[in-house]
Formats: sequence, structure tokens, C-alpha cells
Amino acid sequence: MSTFVTLVIFGLSEGAILALAALGFVLIYKATGVINFAQGEFLLMGAYTFYTAWVIFQLPLIVALIIGIVIAVIVGGIVERFILRPMVGQSHISVIMVTIGLAGLLSALVQMFYGTQPRAMPALFPTNSVSVLGGAVPANRLWVLLIAAIVLTLLTLFFQKSKHGIAMRAVADDQQAAMTVGISVRRVFAMSWGLAAISALIAGILLADVTAVEMNIVSFGLLVFPVVILGGLDSVPGTIVGGLTIGLLTAFVSGYLDPGLAEVIPYIVLVLILLVRPYGVFGEKRIERV
Amino acid sequence: MSAAIETGRHHRSYTSEMRLWHTRPQMIRMALVAVIAILVPFVFDNYWLSIANTALIAAVGAIGLNILVGYTGQISLGQGGFLAVGAFTSVILTDRLGMPAPISILCAVVLTSVIGVIIGLPALRLKGLYLAIATLASQMLIIFIVRRWNWLTEGQGFVDVNRLEVFGFRIERSSFEQQWYVILLIITILAAITATNLFRTGVGRSFMAVRDQDIAASAMGVNLTRTKLTAFAVSNAYVGLAGALLAHYTEIISWEKFTIDVSILYLAMIIVGGMGSIAGSIYGAIFMSFLPVMVRMVADALGGVLPMLQRQLPAFEHAIFGLVIIVFLIAEPRGLNRIWQRIKDFFGFWPFRY
Repeated sequence: MSTFVTLVIFGLSEGAILALAALGFVLIYKATGVINFAQGEFLLMGAYTFYTAWVIFQLPLIVALIIGIVIAVIVGGIVERFILRPMVGQSHISVIMVTIGLAGLLSALVQMFYGTQPRAMPALFPTNSVSVLGGAVPANRLWVLLIAAIVLTLLTLFFQKSKHGIAMRAVADDQQAAMTVGISVRRVFAMSWGLAAISALIAGILLADVTAVEMNIVSFGLLVFPVVILGGLDSVPGTIVGGLTIGLLTAFVSGYLDPGLAEVIPYIVLVLILLVRPYGVFGEKRIERV
Repeated sequence: MSAAIETGRHHRSYTSEMRLWHTRPQMIRMALVAVIAILVPFVFDNYWLSIANTALIAAVGAIGLNILVGYTGQISLGQGGFLAVGAFTSVILTDRLGMPAPISILCAVVLTSVIGVIIGLPALRLKGLYLAIATLASQMLIIFIVRRWNWLTEGQGFVDVNRLEVFGFRIERSSFEQQWYVILLIITILAAITATNLFRTGVGRSFMAVRDQDIAASAMGVNLTRTKLTAFAVSNAYVGLAGALLAHYTEIISWEKFTIDVSILYLAMIIVGGMGSIAGSIYGAIFMSFLPVMVRMVADALGGVLPMLQRQLPAFEHAIFGLVIIVFLIAEPRGLNRIWQRIKDFFGFWPFRY
């Protein structure tokens, strides 16, 4: 029982971080149609900028966070303006490849400045052991879960209530129709990259807090794909469900079966889902015309 | 009958249009390339020749990937895994079962092709993002199997490959690179010619029809299922060949040589070279194989000014690699092949612009 509870908490906290990362991916895909393979690198960059501001420059936590957000938004904006906008109208493959190239470039830049050595970051949250339903759980996992839940709720509210959020959904639905009602598609594109970078920043910081500031954060980014296939590309709740499911699944497989298998189990699930439902579990079937 | 006149190529019959070589300048260029290719082993030392050999193997793999991605429009992130299948199959058949190398390489080609079709089955219904992710999953799964299946490497984690022996002829140590160069050059030329010919047949044309608009193609009577599966099979046959050659040439294989980075490297080759072009695949393979060497030379040259470049060489290489992909996609999405064509056009139409 106690292992079970521990695994559930570990799975949920990692799943919540995954959901945050995946949300950024979905945001970009829905609004701009870009399949962003550099999502993991955005996590990496977020973690390192925060680390630089907070640990190296010894800035207060809030200031470090704000600097992290500003840099994330600037990088997101630059990427959108100078790399993705020239690609408008190119084939899927080219757009995927340009984000793969971006991924290589970003991770290489981080590696150039910080090396490959993992860096320890002072704990953001208390790490003492808390007993939950008979299982011992580090408190920071619970904190991560809480923060991720808050951010996810805020983002959901943003999409449902705020003017900008609704504009983004409108663009995702139909760009031309959105333009005719006076929504600036360009601004929405820029905003979705900015927001995606922010959610990646938060995911990166949380991940760095429970593990370490290191290059491995990137490989976490690839797990975004099983999540979005599972959760569908249409809804924020779907992404959260997908993230938590994949998180729990990997935690259980690594806890009960085999940690090596846990690395590929999301992909096995992914293939099985795609065999049965080619558009994902929640994805809508598109009607294509010549 | 055909003639190259100022306004372009002029054909008088279908047979002349279908011919592989059209014009005299084309033949002169091919002859020039042939002379250079023959001179290479005499001019290059072993180090440069080894890079040329890797480039030739990469060219075979890139042609395979281009058939699938560039000509049929099915994105694949599973190249690394398929190379692994070809490499391990061929090595195990030659070294443990004692099969002659040509037969085991052929078996590797067939098996990789079959596995490609199996992976291609779910891909029949997938497009764009979903196909990219499905092939990513296949890459992860194949590498997981290769890592975990101890029988493959007899528990060592890597396989030492015996020196290549073809019907009694054994590669010698003293002229290792030179002999391999000849073998690989012949295989690459054959691969390029067969692939070029493929796209002069109905099957090849149906690949391109599927790429351009699959629904329109099926309305015209192209069998989508058969075409896509054939594309996966043909493409993977080349990839399997490249994998087998890689294994016999490098003489040591382990799963680390076939990771997702390799898949990305091959995609970069066909992007840089030119998607949907056999010549482009070869240009791209050569470019991407020599790029790290060039980067190292630049880093050495700038070492005095920027010592950081030398210390961070792997990161610097990666950064250049990513930058090359981005720059090519933005500036010239159709790659080196298109640049070459533009140069030819410039001189062909001179003094006119077009």
C-alpha cells in the first residue's frame, strides 16, 4: 500500500509537469499548426535561465521568476518571428524539421554555456518526508503537484474567460474567420509562442526542482508526444488527463516492473492507441478535401 | 532525339524524354564526376577517405529516406531504428551463422524492408503530426528491443564484426579504406541508378502522386494502401543496405549508433540536399558527413581567438548542425540540388535572367 501511494504521488507530480509541457505544445499546434519538437528545449532553457538568475546571480526568487518569464517570452517571440513565420505555407515535414533544427540549436547553446554537468539547485520547496495514507512522500512532490494544478487552472480560465484566450481559440478554429472578426492572427501567433514558453518555463523549473538542472530535461520533452496523442489536441482538460495518465503509467511500470521499460511504455501505449484510433483518443476526425 | 537549345530542352519523342541522360553537358559533367570519384582514393589520405566512405554509406541511407519522405511525403523519424535492423541482421547472419556476406546483406535488406512494411501498416491511416509521432515511437521501440535483447550482442552491449570477406576475397588491413571505397562507390552508384529509374516507372510516379495530393491520387486510381506500403518497403530496403554496410565497414556496432539523433541527421541530409531528388540525397549525405570535420577545422583555426569553441566542440558542432537545418529550410527549402540547378540555369540562360 505504501509503495502504491508513493508511486501515485510521484506519477501525479511528474504527470502534472508533463501536462504543463504538453499544454505549451498543444497551444502552439492549435493556434499556429506548428508541430514543435523543441518543447523539451524550452523546458531546458527555462530551467537554466531561472537557475542563472536565482543561483548564479543570487536574485530574489520573485525577480528570478520574472526574469525567467521575460526571457522565455522574448525567445518565444524571436522564434516565432524569425524562424516559424518564414515557414508559413511550407509542408508539414519542413515545419517539423525546422523545429528539430531549433531544438538542436537551443540545447547546444545551453550546453556551450553551462556544460553537461548536472547542477544542483537549492530546493524551492521543503523536501522533508510527509506521510500520506501510510506512504512516505517527499513534500516537494506535493508542492509541485499544487503549483502545476494552480498554473493549469489559471491557463484553463484564461482560455475560457479572457478576451485573448477566446481570440486564440478562435484562431485555432479558423484563421480566416478569426481575421474577419478583427482578431490579429499575428498577435495571436506571437502570444501562443510566448505562453507556451512560459508554461515550459514553469514545467522546467518544477522538473529541475524534483530532479536537477541538467541536459536530461530535454528527453522529458519527447514524452510530450504520447501525452498529446492520448489527450487529444483540442482541449486543456484532455491534455491534463493525458499528462497524468502517462505520469502514473511510467511511475507504476518503473516501480513495479522495470525502470527501463518505463521509458518506452508511453510509446507502446501510443502505438496501440494510434492503431485503434488514428486521430488519438480525443482528437477530432478531419474531413479532407482535394 | 533531343537537343539542348537556348530556350531549354527540346524533345521529339517520348523515348528521348524518358532517357536518363539528355544533353552533352550533362554527360560531360557525369564524366567529370566519374574522374573525380576515381581520383579520390589516390588523393585523399586514410582519414579523409574514411569520411568519404561514411558519406557514401550515408548516401545510400539518404536515398532510401528520400524515397519515403521526399518522394512519397511520409515523414519518418525511424531511420535510426531501421539502420539498426539492417546492421544487426547482416552481422549476426555472417558472423554467427557463417553465411557469405552478400547473402546476409541481402537478408538484412529483405528483413528491414519487411519490418518497414509492418511499421508502415499503422502509418496507412496516419498523416502529418500523427505519422511523425508513430515513427518516433517505432524508433524508440526498436532501440529499446536492441538494447534489451541480450542475445543480439551476446550480453556485451556491442558486437565486434569480423572483417568483410566476399567469396574468399578479404579486405586487407593495409588498403582497408581504399578497398572499401571501391566497394561503396559501386554500391552507391547502383543505388542511385536504381532509385532514379524507379521514378521513371509507374510505381515511382504513383509515389509522387501520393505525396502531392493523396486523395486526388486515389481518385485517379492509385491504390493508396499498396503505394504507401511499397514506398515503405523500397525505402527500407535501401536503409537496410546502408545499415548492413555500416556494420561491416565500421566493424563494431552498438545501439548508441542508431539513436533518434541518427534519424534526425538523415532527415537533415535530405533537407540540405533537397527533398524529392536522388542527386540531392547524395549532396546532402556528403555535406552532412563533411560538416563536422569542417566545423572542427574552423574551431581549430579560431582556437587562438575563441578558445571556448575548442573546449565546447561537441556543443559547437550541434549548434552549427541545428543552424544549418534552420538556414536551409528558411533560405532554400529545396536544398543544394536546387542551388545547383539555379547555378546551371544562370550560365545556361546567360546573358538573360531566365
